[in-house]
Amino acid sequence: MGKKNLYALAALTGFIVVLPLVIGNPYYLGIFIFWGIYSLITIGLSLLIGYTGQISLGHAAFFGIGAYTSGILSTRFGLSPWIGMIAAIFLAAGLAFVIGAPALKLKGHYLAMATLAFGEIIYIVFNQWISLTGGPSGFGGIPAFSIGNFSLESDFSYYYFVWGIVLFVFLASINLIHSRVGRALRSIHGSEVAARCMGVNTSGYKLKIFVFSGALGGLAGSLYVHFVTFVSPGTFSVMFSIVLLTMVAVGGMTNIWGAITGTAILTILPEYLRAFQDYDILIYGAVLLGIMIFLPEGLVLGVFNIMRKKIILREVEEEKLKLKKSR
Amino acid sequence: MVGVRKNRLRVVGIFIFVMAFILGQGVIFQGFAAKKPYKIGGIFAITGGASFLGEPEKNTARMIEEMVNARGGIYGHPLKLIIEDTAGDETKAVNAVKKLIYRDHVLAIIGPSRSGTTMAVIPIVEKKGVLLVSCAAAEAIVSPVKKWVFKTPQKDSDAVRRIYEYMNKKGISRIAIITGTTGFGDQGRKKLKELAPDYGITIVADETYSPKDTDMTAQLTRIKATDAQAVVNWSIVPAQSIVPKNMRQLKMNIPLFQSHGFGNIKYVELAGEAAEGIIFPAGRLLAVDTLPDTNPQKDVLSFYKEEYEKRFKESVSTFGGHAWDALWLVVNALEETGPRPEAMRENIEYTKEFVGTGGIFNFSPEDHSGLTKEAFEMLTVKGGKFVVLGED
Repeated sequence: MGKKNLYALAALTGFIVVLPLVIGNPYYLGIFIFWGIYSLITIGLSLLIGYTGQISLGHAAFFGIGAYTSGILSTRFGLSPWIGMIAAIFLAAGLAFVIGAPALKLKGHYLAMATLAFGEIIYIVFNQWISLTGGPSGFGGIPAFSIGNFSLESDFSYYYFVWGIVLFVFLASINLIHSRVGRALRSIHGSEVAARCMGVNTSGYKLKIFVFSGALGGLAGSLYVHFVTFVSPGTFSVMFSIVLLTMVAVGGMTNIWGAITGTAILTILPEYLRAFQDYDILIYGAVLLGIMIFLPEGLVLGVFNIMRKKIILREVEEEKLKLKKSR
Repeated sequence: MVGVRKNRLRVVGIFIFVMAFILGQGVIFQGFAAKKPYKIGGIFAITGGASFLGEPEKNTARMIEEMVNARGGIYGHPLKLIIEDTAGDETKAVNAVKKLIYRDHVLAIIGPSRSGTTMAVIPIVEKKGVLLVSCAAAEAIVSPVKKWVFKTPQKDSDAVRRIYEYMNKKGISRIAIITGTTGFGDQGRKKLKELAPDYGITIVADETYSPKDTDMTAQLTRIKATDAQAVVNWSIVPAQSIVPKNMRQLKMNIPLFQSHGFGNIKYVELAGEAAEGIIFPAGRLLAVDTLPDTNPQKDVLSFYKEEYEKRFKESVSTFGGHAWDALWLVVNALEETGPRPEAMRENIEYTKEFVGTGGIFNFSPEDHSGLTKEAFEMLTVKGGKFVVLGED
């Protein structure tokens, strides 16, 4: 997986571990927990969009499926949240398989439309299946996770729980990218026809990665619902799918680090901007616009490229100086 | 040339950012006073689809802050409101409440505007023990009673009772209901169905529409095919104004009842001519001009209406009134007990005969809503205005 990634991952892990020891305020911890939860979805989206070149405008639906499955099983049926979480992952993955099998045959705008429609349908189901989902009012009283007698109710413990999962998934995803599978995925992004000619099972890989990202959405939903302890359909509207996509785009589509970075910006920035009162949306928009105009390849690659350019320029200058001196 | 333009763009971008930063800092550091300010939090859906609730609530809260500080604050302590936007979103509401509690250390919180966001933040305030006076309608907020949570809007079930009582008087027994698929509409639908048997009313059609729908002809056609004697339209979003219009188009002449969610004159304007004759229960604020002088709420209502319309150059709505009631309850408690959350909570719990815009509140340990069905008045639309229907 490359030394650079290893160092970066170690740095991220260190940052995550130390963070709550420095700022123990539950308000900030809560924001970082949401950052972790959304990162799970955007990691999946980054693999799907950035690496495989497929699009999904319906990932809020998997998030919602996970949330509702876990929430309903643990409140209505009194099952442990752990069973709820596993069921959430499998149901989201299963649904991704059923939807993905026909939809991934589509390309470009048609795939976008199919996934968009899927998201809308799931949203309508949440609203209308009132006997099961509680309808538009949603339902509350969802229990928190617990390990034995130790409840993960506090923001402090839940933070480590969520980020433990995120880092594990992240590590697995980096490994995936740098494996044979990862190269196959990128070949699909490059040219599906060429990949198929080279003997890559393109439809199989596309479906697998779609199912994987769906499962991550389900997992994130379960983590969300046992943290907020209340769920209603509004959270899983199509607008949220767009927000997820924006997170990936701002961080940088073609790099998995972009997913985590973009998610951090879109989760933390609005909270920071609360200090600006009525101007917050204005500044928020300006920042996003600025990133997309000046760093169209996303924040991670954009900053990286700028730094590389500076280093190269400096090296060129030094070479010129040397040349002058030698003359 | 391209490079120059790019540079200029960059300069403009940096300039905007710096200006925004300075503005923001100005907001943070404004208003230092001699005595320590009392901080109260307000969370409203100021932006997003529910902004018609949050905007008047925010305005009202700011207005009260100004009034209290103009008369010298609370025993010399200025009142400092910290208002956060939820955009009607539960995740944002959770973050906002945590910010108010753990970073700003507020004494109490008023809001949120929506029932869903309120339900989402209840576990947080209950766990930490922070007074929350919600401006949202759903009865689930206060039933079962939660120690730290109160609400000021009237109860859905009381609105239903007023409508059904009126129907009984008029001999209407078979009705059709059409509700919006929002938390508000859903709660109304449940109460309409639950209470119908008590009043000998049969629901012959049960239709719903999404808040984004632009045409309800399909649902209304199905209703038209039944023998319904009246239609009840229960929603809080602008889409509800389409129902009376469509009914006109379909030449349905049976009476139309709406919920207290119709309590915004903008909805009458949206429905235009078709709004004439709609009957609905609402707080007395909307028809204060046609209220008799003997009504105990008249003074409060006219004062609020006058002040609000003078300051913000727009009509009052019942929603802003909910924030008025909520914030005054908190301010009164603060005045009587000082900045002690537990004492403030108890003070509100035992508040009796508090004359607000929503009605006359009588709280108790068993009742954190404080209003009865008498808080509602049956109103109708006449000449594009809300008027008291009068019991005839």
